[in-house]
Order: sequence, then C-alpha cells, then structure tokens
Amino acid sequence: MLKTTPFHVRTAPLVRAQTWRRWAGYQVASAYDPHPDREYAAVRNAAALFDVSPLYKYLIRGRDAARLLDRMVTRDVTKCAVGQILYTPWCDAHGKVIDDGTVSRLDDTTYRLTSAEPNIRWLAMNGVGMDVTIEEVSARTAALALQGPLSRTILQQLTPADVGKLKYFRLVQTTVRDIPVTISRTGYTGDLGYELWVDAERAVALWDALMACGESFGITPAGIWALDLARIEAGLVMLDVDYYSAHHALIEDQKSFPEEINLAWTVNLDKGPYNGRRALRKARAGKQAWAFVGIEVNWESLERLHAARGLPPHLPNVAWRASAPVYRDGEQIGYATSGCWSPLLKRSLALAHIQAPHYEPGTRVEIEVTVEHHREQADAVVRKLPFYDPERKRA
Amino acid sequence: MSPTATSKSNGRYDAIVIGGGHNGLVTAAYLARAGKKVVVLERRPLVGGAAVTEEVVPGFKFSVFSYVVSLLRPEIIRDLDLPAHGLQILPLESTVTPLDNGDYLAGWADADETRREIARHSPRDAEAASQFGRLMHHMAMAVKPILGMVPPDPASLAPSDLRGLMKLGGHFRSLGAERFHALFKLMTMSSADYLDEWYEFDPLKATKSASGIIGTFLGPRSPGSAYVLLHHYMGEIDGAFRAWGFQKGGTGAISESIASAAKSFGAEVRTDAAVARVLVRDGRATGVALANGDELSAPIVVSGLDPRRTFVDLVESKELPDDLVSSIANFRFRGSSGKVNLALDALPNFSFLKDNGGYRSPLMANALRGAVSISPSLQYLERAYDDAKYGEFSRHPYMDIVIPSMIDPGMAPPGKHVMSIFVQYAPYNLNGGWTDEKREAFGDAVIDTLERYAPNIRSVIRHRQVLTPADIERITGLSEGNIFQGELALHQLFFLRPAPAWAKYRTPVKGYWQCGAGTHPGGGIMGASGRLAALEILARGA
Repeated sequence: MLKTTPFHVRTAPLVRAQTWRRWAGYQVASAYDPHPDREYAAVRNAAALFDVSPLYKYLIRGRDAARLLDRMVTRDVTKCAVGQILYTPWCDAHGKVIDDGTVSRLDDTTYRLTSAEPNIRWLAMNGVGMDVTIEEVSARTAALALQGPLSRTILQQLTPADVGKLKYFRLVQTTVRDIPVTISRTGYTGDLGYELWVDAERAVALWDALMACGESFGITPAGIWALDLARIEAGLVMLDVDYYSAHHALIEDQKSFPEEINLAWTVNLDKGPYNGRRALRKARAGKQAWAFVGIEVNWESLERLHAARGLPPHLPNVAWRASAPVYRDGEQIGYATSGCWSPLLKRSLALAHIQAPHYEPGTRVEIEVTVEHHREQADAVVRKLPFYDPERKRA
Repeated sequence: MSPTATSKSNGRYDAIVIGGGHNGLVTAAYLARAGKKVVVLERRPLVGGAAVTEEVVPGFKFSVFSYVVSLLRPEIIRDLDLPAHGLQILPLESTVTPLDNGDYLAGWADADETRREIARHSPRDAEAASQFGRLMHHMAMAVKPILGMVPPDPASLAPSDLRGLMKLGGHFRSLGAERFHALFKLMTMSSADYLDEWYEFDPLKATKSASGIIGTFLGPRSPGSAYVLLHHYMGEIDGAFRAWGFQKGGTGAISESIASAAKSFGAEVRTDAAVARVLVRDGRATGVALANGDELSAPIVVSGLDPRRTFVDLVESKELPDDLVSSIANFRFRGSSGKVNLALDALPNFSFLKDNGGYRSPLMANALRGAVSISPSLQYLERAYDDAKYGEFSRHPYMDIVIPSMIDPGMAPPGKHVMSIFVQYAPYNLNGGWTDEKREAFGDAVIDTLERYAPNIRSVIRHRQVLTPADIERITGLSEGNIFQGELALHQLFFLRPAPAWAKYRTPVKGYWQCGAGTHPGGGIMGASGRLAALEILARGA
C-alpha cells in the first residue's frame, strides 16, 4: 500500500481519471484532469499548485551542520547566508553524482536538505565525529509548489511577508493566514514560483487558504505530467530518468560527473575538501566526454516521416521518458532520455546525453523516432539549455 | 514616432503593406525576413485589424472581434518564431450547449468523458461521433495540401498552372473513390443534411452545424454550409493545436506577436497611417498616398484589405479589366454576424451548471472555462436565419460564448470577468439600416436570450459593447462587416477567390499584390493568405 501525502484528502476527489503514480513510495496525481493541458497552461499563464510532499527532507542542526553539508555537496555551503538556498548535486569519491537537491539555511546552525532519494545513511557517514544532529522530516513536513506568473500575486494576498522582495533562491519564515510556513523562491518549472513548507497537521488548512484566494487568479492544482513538461522546457535534469545515482548504477557508464548532466556551474573546485573534489578537478582538466543538452526535432522532418505512412505527426500531451538513440551521419553519438511536445514553444524537444565533439549547440543530428511501428531517424539540432527561460523566473 | 517625420526623411521602401491585420503583418514579416525593406501602414492606432485586444473599460480587456484561434498555420509559427514574440495559446477545452429543458449537452477534452456525455442523450450518436471525427480528419487531411498551395488557374495553359492542376488531380486521385465522394458531398451539401447522415440527437446536430454557418449568410439547411464546417475543423489536425485555443492577452496579442516578429526582421510598422490610394503609373504601382497627403514609394505594394477595398477603393477602375471589376462587384460579403462584449462584476449563474445547489457533475466546475453554445436545435438556428433572410436580426440568435477571464485571469480584475459573445445573425443590410436604436435593440435581443440560460446576467453586467456588422465595417474596414473578407462560399474559394484569373495574389496592376483573407485560403486567424502572398511575391518578383 502506497502512502498518501497530507494533502490527499483535498487532492483525491480532484483526480477525475484516477491517474495516480508513485513517487518515493507515495501516491501522487499524474494529473487531475484526464490530460495535463490545462494544468500545464496554468504553470505558464497563471499559477499551478503541485503537491511535492514526497520529496525527502532532512533537518541538519548543530555547530557542524555547515561543515557536514559542505563536505558532502559540490557548492560552497560556508557562503550560504541565513535565508539562502543552494541547488546542488552531491558526489561519491569518484566525483560521480549521487543525487541532487536543495540546501536551505533556516538559521545560524539549522539547514534543510531536500533530495530525490533517501540520504540519511550518506549524511550520517559524512557526519562522523561532527557536532551535528540529522533528522528526517519527510513525513512531518508537507510541501507545496506554487508555480507560475501569478504565484507572487496570490502569496501577496495571504502573507505578511514581503514576498515581492523575496529574491530567487531565498526563503522567508512567515505565516499564510496564520499558518506558520517557510516560503522559498524555488521550483522545478523554470518559471516564477515558490515552494511552501508546512507542518503536516496544518497542510490541509494551507491548501484551502491558497485555493480560496487563488481562485480569482486562476490557481490550478497540477500533477506530475504538467511538471514534467515544464521541467523539460526548463532543461532541468531528473534523477532516475535522465541520470542514475552513483549509488545505484550497476556499471560505470551509468554514472555521471556533474558537468555531464549540465551541472558544471554547481561545482566549486576551490572550496575546502569535499566528496569527489580530486576526481572533479581531474575531470575538469581533461576534455569533457559527454554533455547533457537540448535537442530540437525538426518538424518538417517529422512531418515527412509521418506523411510517408499517410499520417500527420502525433502531438503527445505528456512527456516521454525513454531512451532514444541520437545519431550523426549514421553513427550513434548519444541518446535522449526524455522529451515532449512543448505546448508553449510549439516545438518537439528532448533532453539528451551527447558525446564530444557533437554536443556543440547548432550541431545537426538525427534522433530515432518510431513512426507507425517503424524505426526512423528524424532531423534534429543540438540546442543550449534551457529551452525556455522567462525573465520573471529571477526578476 | 511621428509618421510624418519618418516619411519625409525616408519615403522609399522595397515593399509597402497596406493594412496591419494579421495577414498583412505575416506578409510583411516574410518579406522582411527575405531582406526587403518593408513598411506596414495601419489606419488605426493599433495593429491587428479584426484581431485586436482593447481595454474598453479600465481593467477589462476585450478581444473585440475575433476571439479564438486554431487555424494559425504552424509553419508561420515556426518560420517567424512567434512563441518568442509572445504567442501563447491556452486550451479552450469544452463546449456546453444548454438545452431548453434545463439539461445540457457537453463536449469535453477527453474522448471517454465526451462519449459518455453524448451517450446520455443518444448511445448511437456517441458511437457515430468517433467515426465522424475520423472522417473529418481524413477530409481535413485531403484539403490540407490545398491550403498550402497557390491556386492554379484551371482556364490557363501556363506551365505553372498545368503543373498545379496535375498536382491537384494527382492528390484527389490518391484520396481514393470513397473519400473523394465524401469530400464532394461535404463541398456541396448543407451542414444539416450532412450531419443528418450521422446523428439523431438534434441539439448535437445543431451545435456541430453552427460552425458551418459562422461568418456566412447561410442557414444550417443551406447547401454549401458543410464546407465551412470543414474549414473550422482544419486546425485540429496538424502542427500546433489539438483544438481551439485562446491567446493569452486576447487575439490582439497574436497580431502583436506577428508585428514583433516582423520588426525583428527589420520591418517598420506605422499606425495612424491611413492609405488613401495606390499610386499607379503606366499600369505599374509606384507607391501609396496617405490620407494626410504624404507619399511613400515602393516597387511592391501589397494590400491586406478585402477585395472591394483593394480593387475599388485603392485603385481606379480604369486600371482594371472589366471582367475583374464586375467580379469584384459581385463578390459577396454580406456580413451576417455581430459581437457583444460584456464586462461582468461576477460570473453569470448559468442554470445548466447546478442542480439543487450543487454542480450537476464534477465536470461542470470547468464548464465556464470552455465555450457555451446557444444552439438548442437545428430549427432554432434555421429560424434565426429566417429572420436575417428577411432583413431582421435574429430575435433568438445563435451565440458562441466564451469567458476569456476564466482562461486568462489577466483579462479582467480579480474576481471580475469579461464575456465574448459571437452572435449570428445580424445582417449588414438590415431593414431600414443600422441605427443606434437598432444596435441597442440587437444587444437587448442577445441579453434577453442569454437571460433564459443565465437568469442573473443583467445584474452582473458592468458594461456592454454591441457591435453590428455596420460597426465592424466602420471600425475595422471589413466591407459589410464580413469577418472573412468575403464569404467562404464555394463560388468564392480557391481559384475563384477573389476573382477568376486573379486568385494568385497578383493584380492587373504590376507590382500591386493582395494578401488578405479575401484571397485563398482566407478566413480565421490563419495567416495562410499572407504567407502564400509573400512567397509568391518573392518567387515572381515585383
């Protein structure tokens, strides 16, 4: 039996087609409508409300809390101010990525780490001999992501905090209609958005407050299908879809350096010792073997391949998560791991791992597509990520 | 920017586009993209023609005329990268038809939910609907290549025309007998007769037939109306849309996105720049004279205006052959529709939504995010047409209602709404002509009809904008207020649009071209006329 999140009593009646999925042992909605079109549109046009409670959450407290995290992740946690959040991967001793998530500094000596997979053992191993307590609060802390251009407007009606001044990747501990919450300017959609962290007992009240106030602003409960479309447009990598954890990979080829999943920007080679630093320095000195890039599939090419079988191209309304070989002049040079038809950009997009030297933006490649049971190769172009990056995300 | 100052300092262009409607802007964008120095001249203070958003009451934005989109050609979206310039289409997922007995008929985004809903009224129709959808898919696929081609002239022996005709012949042969016959029926039958072959539930037939009469002076029982049905189906099969959609910020934002793309290619867009006439010397266009007396010169002048304005108002008839003059005189506009836009203080309480205080089904909570169609029966629509046939507006009109603020909250202040009501029939040639009193009487007929389905409508109206065909003509310049720049009737399509031998965007005046919806394939925010015209101009030179 899968667990349900603290919002289940509110979300369950809305899932019209019983389109549930599992996420970290929880049951969450793929979509509330049978199709995610309207939920996705809310992300880019109004405000979408996602239940992201299944994220793993840890509170790390004590004099050495920063030391522990800094030893673990690739970014410099010692520079993380109170109220600041760092998005970061963490690596094994060989510099291969284990997981990615956020580090939030709640006060002088308290941090919250979020992750896609359980990390309590890894935290404990890294904290040996340190003055620190590690507590998993995954079930106790519920979380909502309010994402979209009107998310700020909605929160401004509900909280005394100056949300308008809250900068990208900063947080504020405040209240929403007297419910204590932490509001962070974070998300997984590449849009203006916030995440709200609340005690599980007050979760339903928070949901109700947001929905009641958000109605005039087009607030729309949204599921993972909509989130997946948005995160592909935003070029955001997903564990177990786009890459494997070094802790679970069965062979070396399944592991990735941060730079190989487009996270070179998160790797600080100058800070004090941390897991994988030596290997990462060595890797940086050499030629990058793989890159994680965008692929835009040429529409005319898709149309030709379909027309040859008497069909128009099909526009899927959910993202695909499968491996599709990518070729250049007949030779395989990589593989795409997820993709979608972007309802916003009106383009067929994919995220792909491409080998050197073929990953430069503008490189013409071919991607495998299946047309009426036949494997074909459609023309495509390597693109820089993200595909979509509105100013409002940071502004 | 003062137009006068600019024109004095720099009056020479490679191409001048008259009219900043969406087709004119598309033509300008393609010409500029090919390196031409282009200027678009728009009479009004804003671009868009019939695709404009205006804040008629502070905080309330109306898509004043054209209000939904599905036909915009995907190749235009790609070629001009319109999403980067603001194109953002939001889903308009459902259509609900209130019935006279208080019940409703709904079409939802999900096939299963729609099938179950239709089966509530007729199990046979529920099954027919999926097969009908497949047939329309094939019909739309059959017509699609024609939308993308410059119409060949069947009376011409020119190699390019013969090649086009051969291609067309080959295309029709490839359809196979069954589909060719179905297409022929679709082109000639009335939408009521056509739908009778498929369905039994009258409100379903009425609602589907409604898209066959939009913008046309035909009733659902008039032969030829079935084609318009297909025209509106076209957007669902390829490239960009799965269904009808709503542009964020209203249809004006589509025009602005095309204008922005055109400017990014170097085109100049001037508003408040009405063109008085095209300058012609020795049978050749040399530029335009503006209403303010300024003159701009260019070897290419393109009119995005309708055929009457293009051939009657902008050039002198002595420049044109007699048969073209008479063809244009006979070209049918006959505006048949009006528009009522409402600013609302609250949502109207449509009585079909609720039963004993609760929604009739959980789906009804979403119903006002889609369209509401006032088309309870075929007889209702045909009666509405009867009024118009004899020179009156419909006492009980067909109405296509959307509430854009339910889809895009930015269209109205929080908690308030805007409602767009497309109304048919409102004949341009009203008995006694349109007056202010007649306009208000027409608006009253619309609200009276709406009140039958939403009893509190009067109490929530903050402002009402009523647009008759005469208003549409006056404001947008569309002759007789026809929203398609001329009816989409079989005798005015393809190589006959707008006139035999002049359907290839050129005109008898050298260097003078046409690019509006009055040319093939025309109608709706499609942009295909504008694109084909630009490609033809670039291929054939001035």
